[in-house]
Amino acid sequence: MSSIINDFSLTIATVNGSGSQTANTVLLRALFKMGIPVSGKNLFPSNIQGLPTWYTIRVSKDGFVARRDEDEVVVCINLASFDRDLARVQPGGAFFYADDIKLPISRTDISLYPMPVKKLSGEADVSPKLRDYIANMVYVGVVAQMLCIDLAKIRQALDFHFGGKAKAVDSNFATVKAGADWAAANLIKSDPYCVEPMDKTSGLIMTDGNTAAALGTIFGGVQFVAWYPITPASSLAETMNEYLPKLRKNSEGKNTYAVVQAEDELAAIGMTIGAGWGGLRAMTSTSGPGLSLMTEYVGLAYYAEVPVVIWDVQRIGPSTGLPTRTSQSDLSFTYFMGHGDTNQVILLPGSVNECFEFGWRAFDLAERLQTPIFVLIDLDFGMNQWMTEPFTYPEQPPDRGKVLWEADLEKSNGIWARYKDVDGDAIPYRTLPGNKHPASAWFGRGTGHDANARYSEDAKTWEANMSRLRRKYDTARTLVPKPVIDKVEGAEIGIITYGSTVPAAEEAQVLLQQAGGPKSSLLRLRALPGTEEVHEFVKSHQRVYVVEANRDGQLRQILSVEMPDQASKLASACHSDGLPLTARWVKEAILKQEVK
Amino acid sequence: MVAPVAPTTQTNRAGLTRMDYKGLPSTLCQGCGHNSIANQLIAACYEMDIVPEEIMKFSGIGCSSKSPAYFLNRSFGFNGLHGRMPSLATGALFADKSLRAIGVSGDGDSASIGMGQFKHLVRRNAPMVYIVENNGVYGLTKGQFSATAEIGLELKHQGKNLYMPVDICMEAIASSATFVARSFAGDPKQVKELLKAALSHRGIAVLDIVSPCVTFNNEVNTFHSYTWGKDHEAPLHEISFVPALDDITVEDFEAGTTREVTMHDGSVVLLKKLEKDYDPTNRVEALRMMEKAQRKNWMVTGLIYLETDRPALTDLYNLPATPLNRLGEADLRPPRATLDKINKDMG
Repeated sequence: MSSIINDFSLTIATVNGSGSQTANTVLLRALFKMGIPVSGKNLFPSNIQGLPTWYTIRVSKDGFVARRDEDEVVVCINLASFDRDLARVQPGGAFFYADDIKLPISRTDISLYPMPVKKLSGEADVSPKLRDYIANMVYVGVVAQMLCIDLAKIRQALDFHFGGKAKAVDSNFATVKAGADWAAANLIKSDPYCVEPMDKTSGLIMTDGNTAAALGTIFGGVQFVAWYPITPASSLAETMNEYLPKLRKNSEGKNTYAVVQAEDELAAIGMTIGAGWGGLRAMTSTSGPGLSLMTEYVGLAYYAEVPVVIWDVQRIGPSTGLPTRTSQSDLSFTYFMGHGDTNQVILLPGSVNECFEFGWRAFDLAERLQTPIFVLIDLDFGMNQWMTEPFTYPEQPPDRGKVLWEADLEKSNGIWARYKDVDGDAIPYRTLPGNKHPASAWFGRGTGHDANARYSEDAKTWEANMSRLRRKYDTARTLVPKPVIDKVEGAEIGIITYGSTVPAAEEAQVLLQQAGGPKSSLLRLRALPGTEEVHEFVKSHQRVYVVEANRDGQLRQILSVEMPDQASKLASACHSDGLPLTARWVKEAILKQEVK
Repeated sequence: MVAPVAPTTQTNRAGLTRMDYKGLPSTLCQGCGHNSIANQLIAACYEMDIVPEEIMKFSGIGCSSKSPAYFLNRSFGFNGLHGRMPSLATGALFADKSLRAIGVSGDGDSASIGMGQFKHLVRRNAPMVYIVENNGVYGLTKGQFSATAEIGLELKHQGKNLYMPVDICMEAIASSATFVARSFAGDPKQVKELLKAALSHRGIAVLDIVSPCVTFNNEVNTFHSYTWGKDHEAPLHEISFVPALDDITVEDFEAGTTREVTMHDGSVVLLKKLEKDYDPTNRVEALRMMEKAQRKNWMVTGLIYLETDRPALTDLYNLPATPLNRLGEADLRPPRATLDKINKDMG
């Protein structure tokens, strides 16, 4: 039997709330530290304790990080999901299971490895309270031994996880070691899957999108955050709460920011807009249900031209059901958010590294354009661990936009107009509360103001204001991040994708070729409104597939509206079942339409 | 920016005339209680020598919420959403915590759609004057019942109100407000003195001002009418505000007839006893008094509750003396080495 090295998927089935997340991310980080490209996804239920949960790790020497549906190695600690887990092992694969699960096993086409989880964790030198948690380290040890994962790297990963707390690292590692030793003495390897060190992760970091976003906003000079707890966005604000006190005190030890946990999302956005109007770099983070509640205030911010940043970590659906499942289905809603005529600016980070970059960039755009800036990610980016390029320090000073202070007004003898297009870019000037010049004040409201922010119901005045807002959106089109284009010579088709779906689309390009399908170019969209480059990309291909994780092909719909002349070329490869898209699904969705 | 100067007949100590405190002409109905309140706000700010640029005005939606346009033209203002002015103000208060804020809301805006935000603003002790111009009716949508309308009230086109009213002051106290007062737009002197006290309070100052709607809810014998107020107003005390700059000679008052309350800025509120002594620093007493007033249908006015030692919202955040909205890159962006360290830790 020849080995299959650094190329398989491993899924671990546990009970939600049993502390297995630590064990799973330790395995993931140990593989990362071995230099092997790896990705990990937590597929968990909306539940604190008791329901089945899975963690899937993909090891890929070729660097593919999209989720796969096929599992070569499965670890089952959960009686409730045992039959399902056993069935999902690919023929020739390996099945590790807790030996206290006494269910019949009829499969003979896979390798079976029972593990004495209860026995070994019972021998661990920890308090009974910690025993259940440490039990997970038994499977870490057994799996590490059988897949050749370096125990020294496991120890480093534990060190990372426990922030260097020696006692926790030692007791956990002792159980890992016990598991590994037991496996070495008692199990005989009969499957081909194993890992070997590589050098493909050096220089990279591993973190989740919510952490990257939180850090990006902090380096972007965020000054005010209002938020309300919601899955899967909570950890974004919580990470800000963790880092802000360390990173954002001035020389006198004073805070240069404020964070308020609001009573709901209606208030979170209201506070954010108040702070943005007041001249602070203000943001909120939420998910779809919260975004729905924010709609009316976002509309006001658009009309009153108040800079705010809104992070939406997308998930499925309203109310109960699938809040822990990923999706990219808030795009259309956000694009048109607010009643009346609105056009919103949306940033779409395509990597965890870009979550950091757009963290600071969003403030620059909001203050430059004086409008809400949305940053859409999703549960897959937000809550899962990803390998990514290190965060890049912002190469430009913060752009605070067109703000007039006392000295500016003295120069102009107090003459200025809040909503006048002075520079021809449709972006007006603003003053901020606290400005002591007697001509500085203005009265903010939604509809019904003239260029001087005076109350007006005059038809022509209002129509002129609305057409200026439309022109401002054209200015936005020139300022948002341009798409990243991988133009392939002789490509028959184009693929447009964004966000956490990018890895599946990129891998699908390779799978298409392997299957004798068409060569493809790929455009990774990073913002709406789409720039001229998007139009050019579509124009230069015969057919363009828009790949995204939602039911209706929302980006395809939006692009069709943005470029009606090209609409007939745009096709959808869209799918939303709560799981990250797989490359195989994308390949098949495209091939099916290519045959027609 | 304006240095204090000796007041002349035309100017106050800030060197400003009464005109510097005016707003646009009101578009509310002739005789609307809200206009009277706007005028008292102008007078109070003028007399207190407040520089208009050091005030922020906020409102929600409704007739009351239109009124910030009718006073203090030189102050920044933001007319937010229905019932959601409190959150707007909360965020703005962090921009420059040296500024004072005045919010004007109504009974529809605060007691119905905005009840949640109102109560959370109060429990956070946001440093602002929060005025509820309370007339028991929706004016701008033409005469529907509001949540403060008394049970049994009959209105043209609406029939009879079936539900118990919300009492703004009791809600405020229940939410741990630190300054609660009730007044009546038909008693402009009291309104002005209470406004001055409220403007001197560092924390939330809730003023529930019965402000009759002359168009939709001003029938004789209805709770929010001018005639009812004139006949049934029961002041807890006679209130006068003494600014910090003035010497107080308590000897001017007969011993035992006056209570004195010192505000955050050193100003003093003198409460002259009327029929009964009333202690506005006793929360339980305040609730008991209001419960009784509600049962007896009294329109009790005056300073109902005051607590001066609880920190205001923006004082809880360890903020620098320089307003947040004037901080620059050096204060807002951590150095490159910090990011290098974070990258290293995550590798």
